Formats: sequence, structure tokens, C-alpha cells
Amino acid sequence: MPEKTMVEAIRDAMDEELARDENVFIVGEDVGQRGGVFRATVGLFEKYGADRVIDSPLAELSIVGVGIGAALYGMKPICEIQFADFIYPAFNQIVSEASKMTYRSNGTWTVPMVIRAPYGGGIGGGLYHSQSVEAFFTHIPGLKVVIPSSPYDAKGLLKSAVRDPNPVIFLEPKKGYRLIKSEVPDEEYVVPIGPARVSRSGEDLTIFAYGMMHYYALQAAEQLEQEGYSAEVVDLRTLYPVDRNTILKSVKKTGKALIVHEDNLTGGYGAEIAAIIAEHGFNDLDAPVRRLAGPDVPAVPFSHPMQEWFMVNPEKIFKSALELARY
Amino acid sequence: MPEKVIMPKLGESVVEGTLIKWLVKEGDHVEEFDSLMEVESAKVNTEIPSPASGTLLKILVEEGTTVKAGTILGWIGEPDEKVPTEEGIVAEEDLSETNQPIQTKSEVIASKLNVGRDQDLGFISPVVARLARENNIDLSLITGTGNNNRITKKDVLQFIEKSGELEVEPETAAWETPGEGDLFRPTELQFPDRFKSTQPPREKKEEQVVPAKKQTPVSSGDQIIPLTKMRKAIADHMVMSKHTSPHVTTVMEADMKLVSDHFKINKELFSRQGIRLTYSSYFVAATALALRAYPLVNSSWTDNGILVKNAINIGLATSLEEEGLIVPVIKNADGYSISGLARVIGDLVNRARSHQLKPDDVTDGTFSITNHGTAGSLFATPVINQPQAGILGVGAIKKRVVVINDAIAIRPMVYLSFTFDHRILDGSTADNFLAKIVSVLENWQ
Amino acid sequence: MDLSSELKKDMYWMMLLSRRLDERAWVLHRQGKIAFHISGIGHEAAQVGAAFALKRGYDWVTPYYRDLALMVSLGLTSEEFMLSLMGKAGEPGSGSRQMPSHFGLRRVNAVSHSAPVATQAVHAAGIGLAIKIKKEKKVVLTTFGEGSTSQGEWYEAVNWAAVHHLPVIFLVQNNQYAISVPPEMQMAVKSSADKACGLGLPGQMIDGTDVFLVYEIISGLVDAARNGNGPALVEAKMYRITPHSSDDDDRTYRSREEVEENKKFDPLLITQKRLMDEGIYSEKDLEDLDKKAKQMVTDAVKIAEDAPYPAAEEAAYPVYAEEVLNA
Repeated sequence: MPEKTMVEAIRDAMDEELARDENVFIVGEDVGQRGGVFRATVGLFEKYGADRVIDSPLAELSIVGVGIGAALYGMKPICEIQFADFIYPAFNQIVSEASKMTYRSNGTWTVPMVIRAPYGGGIGGGLYHSQSVEAFFTHIPGLKVVIPSSPYDAKGLLKSAVRDPNPVIFLEPKKGYRLIKSEVPDEEYVVPIGPARVSRSGEDLTIFAYGMMHYYALQAAEQLEQEGYSAEVVDLRTLYPVDRNTILKSVKKTGKALIVHEDNLTGGYGAEIAAIIAEHGFNDLDAPVRRLAGPDVPAVPFSHPMQEWFMVNPEKIFKSALELARY
Repeated sequence: MPEKVIMPKLGESVVEGTLIKWLVKEGDHVEEFDSLMEVESAKVNTEIPSPASGTLLKILVEEGTTVKAGTILGWIGEPDEKVPTEEGIVAEEDLSETNQPIQTKSEVIASKLNVGRDQDLGFISPVVARLARENNIDLSLITGTGNNNRITKKDVLQFIEKSGELEVEPETAAWETPGEGDLFRPTELQFPDRFKSTQPPREKKEEQVVPAKKQTPVSSGDQIIPLTKMRKAIADHMVMSKHTSPHVTTVMEADMKLVSDHFKINKELFSRQGIRLTYSSYFVAATALALRAYPLVNSSWTDNGILVKNAINIGLATSLEEEGLIVPVIKNADGYSISGLARVIGDLVNRARSHQLKPDDVTDGTFSITNHGTAGSLFATPVINQPQAGILGVGAIKKRVVVINDAIAIRPMVYLSFTFDHRILDGSTADNFLAKIVSVLENWQ
Repeated sequence: MDLSSELKKDMYWMMLLSRRLDERAWVLHRQGKIAFHISGIGHEAAQVGAAFALKRGYDWVTPYYRDLALMVSLGLTSEEFMLSLMGKAGEPGSGSRQMPSHFGLRRVNAVSHSAPVATQAVHAAGIGLAIKIKKEKKVVLTTFGEGSTSQGEWYEAVNWAAVHHLPVIFLVQNNQYAISVPPEMQMAVKSSADKACGLGLPGQMIDGTDVFLVYEIISGLVDAARNGNGPALVEAKMYRITPHSSDDDDRTYRSREEVEENKKFDPLLITQKRLMDEGIYSEKDLEDLDKKAKQMVTDAVKIAEDAPYPAAEEAAYPVYAEEVLNA
């Protein structure tokens, strides 16, 4: 089985979906001849032509708005926002229009589209190339929010997102684009949107994570093992609507929950997970629910030591988990 | 004049009780009938209501102490009243003797847990509280391994595993498994660890009996098994009963065919209504009818005369495996239909097994039935359950060849052994009584 | 362009019916029978002319909230409009989830729109893109007020359409007021048609009170667009005779004299005069038609008043496309 990086797996997913369904097309900045600034669409322009891989004007709002129009007409646009940090101009289209179209038209109009963007820090991107934006969208009924943590999942989930009849926000942890490699089958497969995944079974506590943090959580779990604690790790994958059953089942098993994300702590998505656990898993808790997240400063600074101060890493996860295990 | 609060007698032969928990403090005001404390005896927990309104002036006995019935536990009166001293500390009942509160430490005590409020236990997390509640665990018995010696979920689970607390679900009905033939042992014997107690007066006499330490000549190959408290107490009670009543046993056989037919038809029907029908219901029903026909059997010998009891309360000897025998009583057994009896019996047995019997459930029996036949015993000479007048032993139901109208037939037969107190009953009354039981069974509709 | 009498009669009927519906809505509101109405009185010529220039039911439309006459011309029935005013069950655009006049009608390819203005413009560009990719012969008409042309959405939509040569007709209905703000405060140029030229597509300003003129001009643009020579912009000039909506008090920003003066340019009156001048209708004919229209409106009101409300629980649905029974 071939080994692929995450960005290669994403590219393969789009390639396969464009081949499978002539209604699927890609629109975004520099997605055409350039093959995408992260090379996520490399080769696709040559393969499918200017009608299927379209370079948009530098206008995020319309990347999404035009995508919505095309989706209304029956096509399946994959809209790329170059960096999640630049998604805000499109916020109006995503929230006012895409998320509400099905509801406001009583189901007569739907918007089957994917809006994908690289997110997250740790790559020297500074304040405007490192942001996490999932918290804004995990609050909007009508949207789905998906974040893969491995090449296998990235490909499978992106294919599911393309086939999903709803607007799906697909956020890709850009630090993992080339850092994370895994085996990815050539054969057709999808990973369903919805279920979380217990990536590591454990007894003493559960670490809930997604994106890059899941990758780190597994490393932290290894370290914990050496301290004599077995951590269960759950990759949330679909953030909205989230897989409550898997979350609560794991809390029932271990009694301790540590939620990890790189986004700012306050109002971050982890707060919702913590609330779910506190409300529905109260009688299984052996310790307070904990969150480990980015600090409440406006964005990730550029200078290396400052960036590392901001970023959650395996060591920080290990320390936090160890305290929790010992509680 | 202050009112005393005493340890009640929570069952006929219960001589002691353990004060589990005071529900009020010294100085608290209480109303008459308010619950003052939680007390346990004979696997039965109960709350004791206050005998009077007033202030709880003094607590004399601490939580966790086992004392004899009648012991004064405290005084209630006006806030300024003085509490009587030594003369007041007199047990009401015949059972007297010294009253030193003895610290008992039980393995497992069912307790109502106040979640998170007990400072001594440290912080109790939600899951720890739930596990403790569900498994009837006293958290004070667990050593915590968490931060600041916090009791963690893991600690609780390990404790549970070690003590094997969880209930056993036997497949057969409790009274259909053989008992040890020991009737009705005192609670101190059933739960010896809880009641490391001073012995009741009678046993005090027996202390003069040669203890196991006395030398017994032993030949090679012989073995001495030390006497456990339980064995000693059983022995004492057997002797006591036999010394009290002249035991005579009469045996008859009964053809169970019609009962068996009825049982087969109705077992399925009843189970659909959630009722578990067993043969016991039939024996109880037949006995109840017979007792009504021959009220003299439903009585007790007293110095003032033979006390013929009005209510027909039939006790069913129920095996609790290692913990021994308990005899829950079906009150007014003559008032139930077969399905009613099955329901009542089922409920009593379940509660006996889950330690949920109340004092009422084990007291005021007027007659007892023991099913000694499960392991194959055909007929026996059971020992009377004092102070009753007789006891019915039910043997194994076996298919036998019998002669009916000069022809050979095969019928399910059972021997019924009726042991009676010959002070109260003579042979003919006893036989009439037993024949009545046989007749009811043999003509079952 | 020579228009047949039949065509002219049809167009006049649409204008008339729309006007009577509109007027009745005002009456219902002032009677306290409906909660809200936003009016298109004065817009009928531009909307009817534009609607008839399309292949109705074949071409696509992304309308806005003043487009009652446009929607009636496309096929919205009087009953359906009344149901939406009263929030009753069976309202085809949204099942009464939307406020009245937030149009959407799948069966005639009229896309459901929201309240933030100009968002529909980008959708039109997206629809145009889809039409182009699929090499179909449809055209999409998108309409809005002159105020909407200040929105970023509008510029991005027009830009997109121009860059990619999309079959989109942008119809600006300039009624001289964006609620209370006049065009001079909205743009530095004389008309949005001037902006269009700046963005690279043909734009013209026309008299929006002349229904037949509008029809003629837009027909030409539609043909051009259908043959790959889109997009184009038309600004139809008219006057908003009523306040912005039932909640607006226009005495705070314009004089009664101005309103009275502009009633002379009421497109309904102008068209009536034209029809009489051309001998197509007599005064009696017009009276009869008027009676007929008013009766239709009355009947529609009755039907709507008798109609039930949707069940309250319906508000929970549909959030995702999967929930729609026949998506």
C-alpha cells in the first residue's frame, strides 16, 4: 500500500471525485496552473481543464458565493480558501446563505458544497496564516464541520464531504500536510462523516482531540504509558454534528476527560465537548473535565519561541494528561 | 422527667442490634415519631422513631456499636433537664448483663451515602458516589490512592473485586435448595462478625460447658475440627428446642398428581404475569387450610395456658447458603390464592437474598415449613421452631408405584413429616391435621 | 420591437394583479391583520418587462424582496402570496419560515433569498458559471435595488461574471431610495450602469416605468447572454411611491409634495394610458380588469385566512438535506 502525505491524500481525493462526477469542480485562488499554494490541486488543472479547476479573482466572498450559486444549480463545488485566516469575508455567504438555504426554502433548495481551507499554526505563519476557525462554524446548524488528522482520514472524509448534500467546512491541519504520512489505499474507500474514532484504547483517562492535536495526543499517550498510565485517545474528526455516543462511552470507561485543541481556550470548540460531558456524563466522572488549548491571545506570533509558547505540543499534552491521571 | 431511648427488639429471637447512624445530634429538637437513628439486626435495617418530643439531651451509645435489646441509647427531655445516671441505665427486658458498647467493624454495612458531604472521606467524585451507592459500599473502608489520598474510581472498582460484593443469582428458588437442617439461628450466629457480642444469658450458662480446649483423646488418623461459634450456637439451639418440647413425628404420604397437573398448566400462565410459581405455594396453601381446620396446631405453650393464635402466619425456611437459614413469614397465609401465595413467596425470597427483609418479615410466625427433600431426603424428623407447636417437613417428590383401586399406578408421591410438641398436641389431633394436608393436596382443583 | 397586443395585455395584467395584491397587503397591515409588508409599488414595469424577457420557468432568477411583480409574472399565485403574508402552512417558498416577500419558488427556478442585500448577486454568478460549464443555454437574471450595488458582494458578483463571461443579467431597480438614503450617498457616479462599465461589462440606464421598453432592452441582453455574450447590466430608473416597508415612516426623510409629484410617473397609470392610446383597451375594459383583479385578491385573502398555520414542531426541520423528504 502506498504511503502518502496528508496533502497528497487530499489531492487524490479531489482527483478521484472529479473523475467520478462531472458536476464536481474546484474553485479558489491559484488552484489552476499553480496547483494551489500548498500544491493541493497540483496536476488537476492539466487533467480536467479550466472548466473544472477554476482560478477565482482574489475575493473569498465570491469563491463561496459563486460556489453556492453553482451548487444551487446542481453542481458540486469544492471551494478552496487559501488560508482559513482569510475565510472571514466569506462568513456572510457561509452563515447567512449556505447554512440556511435548506431550512429557509423548506428543503426546496439545497447547497451541496465543500469549503476547504488549511488551518492551524506551527509553521512560522504568524498571526494571519495560523488561525483556527472551527469554533465559528461548529455553532451553525445547517453546516457540517470536519477536521481530519491523518492522510487516510483526510482522503476518506474529503470524498464523503464532496458527496454530502450539505455545505461542509473541511479544515485541514496545514502543519500535518507534509509532516504526517500514512498508508493510503489506492482502492475506492470513504470515511463517513459523523463518527468519531477511538484511535487508542486506554483505561485511565481519555484524550479528545482533532487535527494536529490528535497526532500529538498519540505521542503523549506513548509517554504516559511509560509512567504507568494508559490513555484512551479519541479523534473527533466530525466536529459538527459531533459523535456524542463515542465521547460519552469513553468517559464512562475512563472517568477522566482531557480535551485538546490548538485554538484559543475561551469559547473554543472544547467548551462544547466539556459541556456535553459535564451534562451527560456527570455520573461517570472521576475528575473535573479538563481542556488544554491555545492561550487567549489574538493569534499565533511569528518569532519562534513565541510561536512555541502558543502552540500545544506533545509535551504539554503529556503533562496535562499526567496530572489528570494522578487526580 | 426525661424519656429514655432504647434499643428495640427487632425480631423474636433478636437479642441485639447495631446502632448504624444517629440521624440527630445532641441538643437537636425532635418531635415524637421523628426518626432518631438507623439500627440493624438480622439483616434488617430500620429507623427508630422518637418516643417523645423534646430535645435529645444525651447520646449514650456511639455509631457502630452493637448493644443488647433494651439498652438505653439516649435521653430526650426539656433542654434544661438533667439526665439520669447509673440507675437509669437499666435494660428493660429480661436479657440484662453488662452493656459495654463494643466497637464492631463490619466488612460490609449497607448505608445511605451522603454524596460528597463526608469530610473524612475527602472529595467524592460523581462516579465514586454512584458506584458506592450501586454496590452498597462503605467508602470509609477504602484507601484512596488519588491526590491527597482521594478515593478514585479505580480504588472503588478494586475494592469491589476483592470483596466479591456482587449478588449471586441462584437458578433454583431458595427454599428449594436444601438447608442445613438448622432452624432459625440467632442473628449473632448468622452474622458472627458483626456481633462480637456478650452472649445472652442462656449461652452464659453454656460457657460452663467444656470448651474445645479441653483435651480429647485422639487416636492416629482422627481429626479435631475446632468448634466455630456458629456450630456451637446451632448445637445450643437444637438442644434448647429439644429440651423444651417433647418432639414426636408422624409421617404420611400424599399423591401429588393433581397438584402436578395444576402446576404444569399454570406455571407458564403465571410467569407471563411475572409470577414464579413453585410447589411451595401448594404446600403453604394446604397447610393454611389445615391450620384453619385444626387451630390447636397454630399455637404456643405458655405457663398460663396454650395460646391459640388467630392469625395464620406460615414461615418458610429459606436457605441463604453460607449465611445460613432465615425464615421469612407469610402473614395471613390463609388469605391468598395460589397466585397470591406465589407472588408473596417470590417477593419474600428475593428480599431475603438481597438482604432487604424487614423485622416484620421474620417475626410472628405461627407455624413453619421446611423443605428438606431437595437433596433426596424422603422423610425426616425436623426440629420445632420455638415457640411454635409444630413443623412440617416436606420430602422429595418422587414417582413411585402405588396401588389404586387394586391396580398398579405410577404417581408423584411425597412424604410429609409432621413433628409436633406433644405437650400441646396428641397423636390423633396431629394425624388429623396432617391427613387434612394430604387430603387438600390429593384433591387439588 | 413590435410587441403583439396579446403580449401587451398579458404584461399589463401582471402589473395590475401585482399592484392590487400589493395594495391589499398594505390594507391588511394597517388593519392589523398581517405583521409586515415590503412593497414594490412603482416597480411593476421594470419587473414585468424583465420577467417576460426571460424564458419563464426555464431561465433562472435570483430575486430580492421588492420583486412581487417579477414573481407573479413567473407564476407565483395570489394565494401563495397571501399565505406568505399571513405565515400559513403551504407557503411554497419557505413553508412560512421566512418573513413575507423573501421569495423563493423552485418550480420556476427562482432561488430563495435572504435579508442581507446583494448576497443573491454572487449566487447568480455561480449559477451562470454552472450554466457555462455545462454548456447549457440558460440565462440568469439577478435583481436588487441601487443600494445593493454598494455591497462588496455586488462588486464581486459583477466582477466574476465579467471575468468569466457568464450569462448573467444584472437588473438594478433604482427607485431613488435605499430606505432613506438617496443615490448620491450611495455612489459617486450617476448610475450603477457606470460602475458596470468600469468592471468590464455593458451597462445602461433606462426608464423603468416603461414596461415595453424594459422588455425590449432586456430581451436583447438575454439573447446576447444566451449566445455567450453576457453578462450585462441594466439600471431601470423609477420611483418608490411607498415607504420602504410597513415599518418605515418616510415623512422623516422626504416631503409629501415629492411623493405626490412622482405619482405622475406611476408605471401602472402610464401603461394604462398607453394601452388606451393604442386602442387595445377601453376605459371600461380597464375597469372590468380591475374588478377582476380585485376579486382575485379578495378570494386569495379568504383562502389564506382560512388556511391553517404550520405545526409548531415543523420549526425543527429541515436543518440538513438528509431530512428533506424529496430533496
